[in-house]
Amino acid sequence: MNLPISIKTFLAKCRLTLVCTLAIAFIGCAGKEPKVTLYQQMGSQQGINQLVDQLIIKIGNDNQIFHYFAKANVTHFRKGLVQHFCAVADGPCRYEGDSMKQIHTGMNINEKDFNHLVELLIEVMNELNYSTGVQNQLLKRLAPMRENIIYI
Amino acid sequence: MIKPYLYSLVLIINWLSFAPLYASGKILATPGVSQIEGSAGGGLVPWAQLAGYASDSEIAASAFCTRTNVRSFSLGVCGVQLNLYDRVELSYAKQDFQIKPLDLIVEPTIIGLKTRLYGDIVYSSWPQISLGIQRKSLNDGSLALALGAKEDSGTDVYIAMSKLHLAGIFDRNFFWNLTIRHSTANELGILGYGGANEDPINLELSSALFIDQHWAVGLEFRQKPNQLGLNESNWKDVFIAWFPNKHMNLTAAYVDLDTIANIQQQQGWYFSVMGNF
Repeated sequence: MNLPISIKTFLAKCRLTLVCTLAIAFIGCAGKEPKVTLYQQMGSQQGINQLVDQLIIKIGNDNQIFHYFAKANVTHFRKGLVQHFCAVADGPCRYEGDSMKQIHTGMNINEKDFNHLVELLIEVMNELNYSTGVQNQLLKRLAPMRENIIYI
Repeated sequence: MIKPYLYSLVLIINWLSFAPLYASGKILATPGVSQIEGSAGGGLVPWAQLAGYASDSEIAASAFCTRTNVRSFSLGVCGVQLNLYDRVELSYAKQDFQIKPLDLIVEPTIIGLKTRLYGDIVYSSWPQISLGIQRKSLNDGSLALALGAKEDSGTDVYIAMSKLHLAGIFDRNFFWNLTIRHSTANELGILGYGGANEDPINLELSSALFIDQHWAVGLEFRQKPNQLGLNESNWKDVFIAWFPNKHMNLTAAYVDLDTIANIQQQQGWYFSVMGNF
């Protein structure tokens, strides 16, 4: 006669354990930090400002592609790029500048020079100690824009 | 036997060092390495990329040497490639295949042509696709013919598709390639072409994960036909490749060549070095 009771208790305990486990798991999940955005991983606004500033310095010192930027207004370019990176990285910004197509039409940028700019960006990200994962994420989001940048 | 083409390699390097610019229009590591028949690829499989860092406005030249050593055989190969405007790849490779039990060396020569039909492994949404041929001939076909091959030379045709997925797996760049080859070559052509039961369509697969910008690890699989009844096996490898810069890359692999000419358990190491100009 004792056996069924102990089974009942056992089952009750089991149920309790199960409920507790689920509850803990649920709280655990709910309590987990909200998904970190790429924007945050890039050091938020300050990080992106730094990235863009370093990139501008790199471009300014580059013989291969500086000529594309020679006539650009640096302040305007900086503002646009910061906003663009911020928006692309899910930051709290909206890109309000001209479209990639509008900006690059008539520049006739070739594949080689496009890739060179990508490499300058990678160099800067390395210098700022971006992790490989963050670098890849940013490049993944920027890569589809190539078709609206080269040979137009 | 390596001397004549080592000499030509030195000549080419010499000539290229006077060239004002070397091609560098592609992102580091994206052209891959050289495969054992001289085409750009992984170690065993030709990929859709063309050798070297030439973009559509550049010409690139490259050279490589590879040595694979398994229990009863060793395969050495050195070759050169020319990439014209990321559209056409020309390659020349010379292999020396040593059959240790017979103390015999077979020396196949391979001329390759590959053309990019579509895409770019990084930027196009569909995979890059290329069509290639490899014309192979033996310096001495007597062994091949004695084993039942019909010809001592032949031509492979393949179509390759490749794609690099940025941040593809665990935020790491992931690469894959699928090649479909039409060939009646026995053991790459080392044992000639054709046989009793021809099975010309074979699949080849590669994958690689880029740990960072300079290091990749991956796997390859190459299906091979068993036309001579000598238990020719599919080949596999696991590799690690290092791209310190665009001028050179190094690859090490553990290869499983399984059974060659009825001699089993052919596993061993593979090392390759490639230079780009």
